Amino acid sequence: MDKIYSVLIVGVGGQGTILASNILTQAAINAGLDSKKSEIHGMSQRGGSVFSHVRFGRKVHSPVIPLNQADILVSLEEMETARWLDYVNGESNLIILNHRILPANVSVYPEGIIDEIKTKYKNVTIIDQESMLEKIGNSKYLNVFLLGVVSKFLAIPETAWQTAIKDLVPAGTFDKNYEAFIAGKNLA
Amino acid sequence: MKKMLSGNEAIALGAYEAGVGVGVGYPGTPSTEILETLSKYKEVYTEWSVNEKVALEVGFGAAIAGKRALVTMKHVGVNVAADPLFTAAYIGVKGGLVIISADDPNMHSSQNEQDNRNYAYAAKIPMLEPSDSDEARRFVKLAFEISEKYDTPVFLRPTTRVCHSYSVVDIEKEPAYKQFNMGSFERDQKKFVMIPAYARSRHVIVEERETKLKNDADKMDINKIEYGDKKIGFITSGISYSYVKEAAPKASVLKLGMVYPLPEKLIREFVGSVDKVYVVEELEPFFEMRIKAMGLEVEGKKYFPLLGELSPDNISEFISGKKHTPVKLNTAIPPRPPALCTGCPHSFVYNILKEKNFIVSGDIGCYTLGVLPPYSVIDTCVDMGASITVAQGIELSNPDKKVAAVIGDSTFAHSGITGLINAAYNKRNILVIVLDNSITAMTGMQPNPFNGETITGDKTVQVDYAHLAKAVGIEDNNFREVNAYKPIEVEAAIDHLTSTGKLSLLVVKGICIIYNKKKNKGT
Repeated sequence: MDKIYSVLIVGVGGQGTILASNILTQAAINAGLDSKKSEIHGMSQRGGSVFSHVRFGRKVHSPVIPLNQADILVSLEEMETARWLDYVNGESNLIILNHRILPANVSVYPEGIIDEIKTKYKNVTIIDQESMLEKIGNSKYLNVFLLGVVSKFLAIPETAWQTAIKDLVPAGTFDKNYEAFIAGKNLA
Repeated sequence: MKKMLSGNEAIALGAYEAGVGVGVGYPGTPSTEILETLSKYKEVYTEWSVNEKVALEVGFGAAIAGKRALVTMKHVGVNVAADPLFTAAYIGVKGGLVIISADDPNMHSSQNEQDNRNYAYAAKIPMLEPSDSDEARRFVKLAFEISEKYDTPVFLRPTTRVCHSYSVVDIEKEPAYKQFNMGSFERDQKKFVMIPAYARSRHVIVEERETKLKNDADKMDINKIEYGDKKIGFITSGISYSYVKEAAPKASVLKLGMVYPLPEKLIREFVGSVDKVYVVEELEPFFEMRIKAMGLEVEGKKYFPLLGELSPDNISEFISGKKHTPVKLNTAIPPRPPALCTGCPHSFVYNILKEKNFIVSGDIGCYTLGVLPPYSVIDTCVDMGASITVAQGIELSNPDKKVAAVIGDSTFAHSGITGLINAAYNKRNILVIVLDNSITAMTGMQPNPFNGETITGDKTVQVDYAHLAKAVGIEDNNFREVNAYKPIEVEAAIDHLTSTGKLSLLVVKGICIIYNKKKNKGT
């Protein structure tokens, strides 16, 4: 597999993007691949936009995804999706949670983002937060649920995912997290 | 066993495997997790020092007395540590001394984006630069060896993208620790006591050492040529190397693992064998200027930006000549800037200061976010500890205005106290407000001398504000300690202290809400 797969996970500080990207990176390593991940921790993340670049393949050089080369964009917040469109291309899969978090000092959430994205890109999966929460019961497992959705587009074996989830989620939460992962994977 | 480690975790692992005896530093993004990780290894002594100058001096002392010492800080921390740095370079070491300068191109969490390769040149200290976590781990071990072999402190310069990126590190077995020891302190005044007469003879040794290092650099395998297409070649280092390999996998590359001093013969060989050579480096044209000074024909900053970080796109756009067209939606997307946490107890103080129209001299920490709406109250932010001293200068120029300095507990310990002594000694009349949230929050919750815990969580002394105020010469009437959650009392204290017209210290106590949550979880 000479191709390098690139997954960009974006959201707002505190949504669990880091855990999700850790699991994805570890799953790729468990599958025998080279993997790199890039994110930034610090002042700009306090309540601001967060992102995590995950790349894997036979040999990965740059931890940073080049523009237009993300195979998958996973967005945990509607508006955040729009900030990262420079990284995707016409073939990319966009997985968007229809969750809205107002930035500080903004009173009206902009409408029409998802509709516009749907007209521009052909592979868009919208995850409805409410019906998803009914499925998995708790928003804590939302990030791992989304990884389940992501897993459908990647050739990483089930056992590699399972071990990564086991190793990285907080002790005692594996069963719930794994259930959420499977629910994501089985999402029609 | 293949493990995913951040650059910072890999540096700590490498230092541990190198038998480091002492790890010291001051928290600063992107360096903080190095010492945090090292502190989990119980065999190694670690401490959060009060500031970077103190850390370097403690580490230097440990090294001249025989142990290997790792000193960690962010790029601007090296400014604080610059005083011991230049003379430590004259004295040299016994056990290895490795100084981490974690640079922050693009200022993700910093007040400037200075290029600390310039410190390597200025202080005549060799500097290594890793490209990923595996190199970070190997280079820190090599840095200790170079330090001992050449009798010099050695810099390791990771940048934010190396510190905070994760990549695979192959760990054969559980890392074993064997403390490396070069013996103990032995009196050698001509080496360790830098009076002018002795320093003059040490300077000769420094110059000889640098010449030797420069010659040996040609043979070090961390400086390596990867020949490919000989029509185009790149000279690069650190994270930029990974971008070059990504965007131009077929090109010839000279990768510099040691970024100072430069391997001149190797550079001449490379430039002589490749038709057109470009220098790809973040920030300053540090390599480019030196390579051009060798009389060689290369280009760099003509094509690659000096500001901010590079990316693989800088190189691919240079090669293809095509620029990326940014995607624009019709819907306007409002920015999402960072903000002081909703519910931060220290927001009350900002509201009061704004209402009362103070000039507010700010400092470094999450409370700097008080510059942004809805507070928009901070008027200056320069460097660690500057709130108190800059306020004194403003008051000298504008004696008719109300001037307050706001500073966090850790920053106050770092370099605020000296400024407070200066204010008292020189009879200045400002209001100093310490926003004490019981922790060094911005960098991810590190203890400090005001919270009563060490890096490993052991109980220790806690600096007493009231006694400190008394000791520097602030009268009882000019000292107040209030609860951040009682805005009426905070306001009354500000009114009272301002009315005295004298130097005052107000301590506003309110635990960081993130830290409090973490503590209650019992982690």
